[in-house]
Amino acid sequence: MKFLHPARRSKARESNGNLTRGLLLRLELPSDPSLLCAVRGAVERLTESFGFSAPDCRAVTRAVDEALTNIIRHAYNGRPDKPIEMFFRSVHSDADPKGSLGLEILLCDRGPSIKRAQLCMRALEEVRPGGLGLHFIQQSMDIVEYKRANGTNRLRLVKYVRTPKQNVNS
Amino acid sequence: MQISSRQLDKTTIFDVSGDIDLANSPAVRKALLKEVRDNRTPRVVMNLSKVRYIDSSGVASLVEGLKASRDVGSRFILFGLSTSAREVLQLSRLLKIFEVYDNEEQALAG
Repeated sequence: MKFLHPARRSKARESNGNLTRGLLLRLELPSDPSLLCAVRGAVERLTESFGFSAPDCRAVTRAVDEALTNIIRHAYNGRPDKPIEMFFRSVHSDADPKGSLGLEILLCDRGPSIKRAQLCMRALEEVRPGGLGLHFIQQSMDIVEYKRANGTNRLRLVKYVRTPKQNVNS
Repeated sequence: MQISSRQLDKTTIFDVSGDIDLANSPAVRKALLKEVRDNRTPRVVMNLSKVRYIDSSGVASLVEGLKASRDVGSRFILFGLSTSAREVLQLSRLLKIFEVYDNEEQALAG
């Protein structure tokens, strides 16, 4: 697994559009399940330093872990040597006049295109193994978007930092 | 992740430590199903007090263990859930279908 500090941006990275704006961390790793633990550790530290609450740190970590699991299982059919790239950026909400601070995570893989039907979630009322990963991602993040570009699957996840509500009586 | 087992009368207790994720949930599933289906142990208890994280594949393994135990008429019990483990079972609306206790004493008395 390769950790790249924003200061060491390469020209190749610039070809990824605007991904370098607000870049906090970039990871390149093979699709090896044994590395999931290391990624969770990195995401936990990043979300803590970003200012998320403890439940939101766990939520973002869970979403990233489940997204990587889906890439390994479905995009790469369990092959442990295929490339995965992740970009972590700080972003501000366009919809919010105060421009809420958020963490955007872009996960890129070079597996075959994901069909819409594969993104369907099973009903939670069913008690059976499997089909929970997408639920966890949807429930954990504010924005979940998938697109295919230049032979790459791109999953974009965004979570905004919640500021505690002020008590008007205090 | 590490998994070991203890026998206590007609009960098998699995002590699991570490994270249960895609890398090791197959090992949990295999151990559970062997105990429930092959050994037909009347009561299988999972000690999750040293498990910090469970992903969806780990949850799926627990659900498989539960379903197998229902099939053979045995009991499948969890105890010592971390905040994170409890959260994923709540998110998947599966917390209420498991028999869950806070600690081993309660799990064995239940």
